Amino acid sequence: MTQLALVIDLNVCVGCQACVTSCKEWNTSGAAGFLSDDNPYGKDPTGTFLNRVQTFEVGEYPNTQTVHFPKSCLHCEDPPCVPVCPTGASYKRAEDGIVLVDYDKCIGCKYCAWACPYGVREVDEHQKVMKKCTLCVDRIYDQELPPSDRKPACVMACPTSARLFGDVHDPESEVSKAIRENAGYQLMPEWGTHPANHYLPRRKQELKIHDDALERVDNPLKIDGKLPRPGVREPALDDVTTW
Amino acid sequence: MRPAFSVILLTTLIGVGQGLFLALFSVEVLARIGVLEPPAAPGFYPVASAIALAFLVAGLVASFFHLGRPERAWRAAAMWRTSWLSREVIVLPAFMGCVFLYGLGHHLGWPSQPLVAGIDATLAIGAFGTVLCLLLFLCTGMIYACLKFLPEWHTPLTVINYLAFGCASGLMLAAAYAGIVEPGLARFLAAWAVWFTAVALVTRVASLIRNGRLRPRSTLQTAIGVKHPRIVQSSQGFMGGSFNTREFFHGRPEAFLRSVKWSFLVAVFPVPLALLGTGTLAASPALVAAAFVVQYAGLLAERWFFFAQATHPQNLYYQRVA
Repeated sequence: MTQLALVIDLNVCVGCQACVTSCKEWNTSGAAGFLSDDNPYGKDPTGTFLNRVQTFEVGEYPNTQTVHFPKSCLHCEDPPCVPVCPTGASYKRAEDGIVLVDYDKCIGCKYCAWACPYGVREVDEHQKVMKKCTLCVDRIYDQELPPSDRKPACVMACPTSARLFGDVHDPESEVSKAIRENAGYQLMPEWGTHPANHYLPRRKQELKIHDDALERVDNPLKIDGKLPRPGVREPALDDVTTW
Repeated sequence: MRPAFSVILLTTLIGVGQGLFLALFSVEVLARIGVLEPPAAPGFYPVASAIALAFLVAGLVASFFHLGRPERAWRAAAMWRTSWLSREVIVLPAFMGCVFLYGLGHHLGWPSQPLVAGIDATLAIGAFGTVLCLLLFLCTGMIYACLKFLPEWHTPLTVINYLAFGCASGLMLAAAYAGIVEPGLARFLAAWAVWFTAVALVTRVASLIRNGRLRPRSTLQTAIGVKHPRIVQSSQGFMGGSFNTREFFHGRPEAFLRSVKWSFLVAVFPVPLALLGTGTLAASPALVAAAFVVQYAGLLAERWFFFAQATHPQNLYYQRVA
């Protein structure tokens, strides 16, 4: 069974909001109709977005970290929003695990939003139906696009490649490897929703350079000479600039 | 959660209609088995059924204001296998049909033609309606009780409270109605209104105590998956509002919530009981009617508080506008 999902690397996300604008641009221009905005330049702007990037401060000054946290529908394996829908407008596709809303069946009762602990469903205030991330279902299967472009708009936009897209049920996929090798985790595991989207945690990254990375110790052809070591008395760059 | 007035009206209005129907059918059953004197007033059952139906219709109309696309409401009957909301959408009109037929049967004098073994048409319709009525209480309550992310609602007490409040307010209305058209029944119905109001007091206070002790299962740590004990949101990702900042926050200070709680505790329980008691003893239907009106107003506050008290875990993600 295929389960398409995003894997979001919090270690890499810089909070640039490119995925937010790219998502909005793609999904407001599609066949499903616009994503409403009201007073975009006015006093109290509001609008429907399928993806948000939030920022959290972890720790106490001065030992703090800023965590940028992109949040969109997690396409749960056991989505609580689907069984509560009275019309069947909210459904999970069997073939690829994407949770979708049929905008022609939705009555706008907002019950699915109540049933989602992640707050990733937003009512469109003008179309009066529930909107949510579709994993760009109108893009990822588009045969007109070159295969490298058949990815969600947010993934295409990310300048730091913090967003990976693929099948989390395929153990050899890029996303499964990323989850496995970088301790990928799910949000709010306490509710048993089994989100398909995973997050990769912040990781300590230290660059440790050993001598043999600078000099080839094995020197197979015996051609490399040793690098000249600076004399103890010779000025270093630091001394030059601090004269 | 932000209290939705359409849903507050729906749940309180159909509660009254359901309670009134249950009171009515209980009177008929008790009269048939000889516990009560049969009501002598002509049109006792049809008029009361019409009143109950009016409350149910008003609740149904109110519910349409909750929908973004009311013209598609018929689709809501589709997913009855999984959705309590869908089940309610089916049971409510079915129950309304039963109430209508029950009143019509009494109006046309169907009781005089027994079907089988002493069970005549109105008794059969009433029994079927009672089952649907109890199912409707179950559906309405389970719409909220089935949402496990909202721990304030995720308890059998939610269903029990809907049942107790519906019966109490319906019996209160039945007592006022009987006081006007059938004084012989007023005392009996008033006594049962007192009982159900007392039961509602016990179950509602139990749920208030329970909810006061709840600790949220989701925290910022589980919400973003960072284990550090100190996490503060510095931006929710946008400067303006959104559906998420409106639908899930009541936006009132804690003191306002407390005042609503005490208002409904006063307006639903002691005041109507005092008015009901005085009105019944003084044989004054006006006072009993006042008891119903005060209790219904209190129930609006109770339902408002029911929504406002529930804290949705998604609120963890929407703490700081920046």
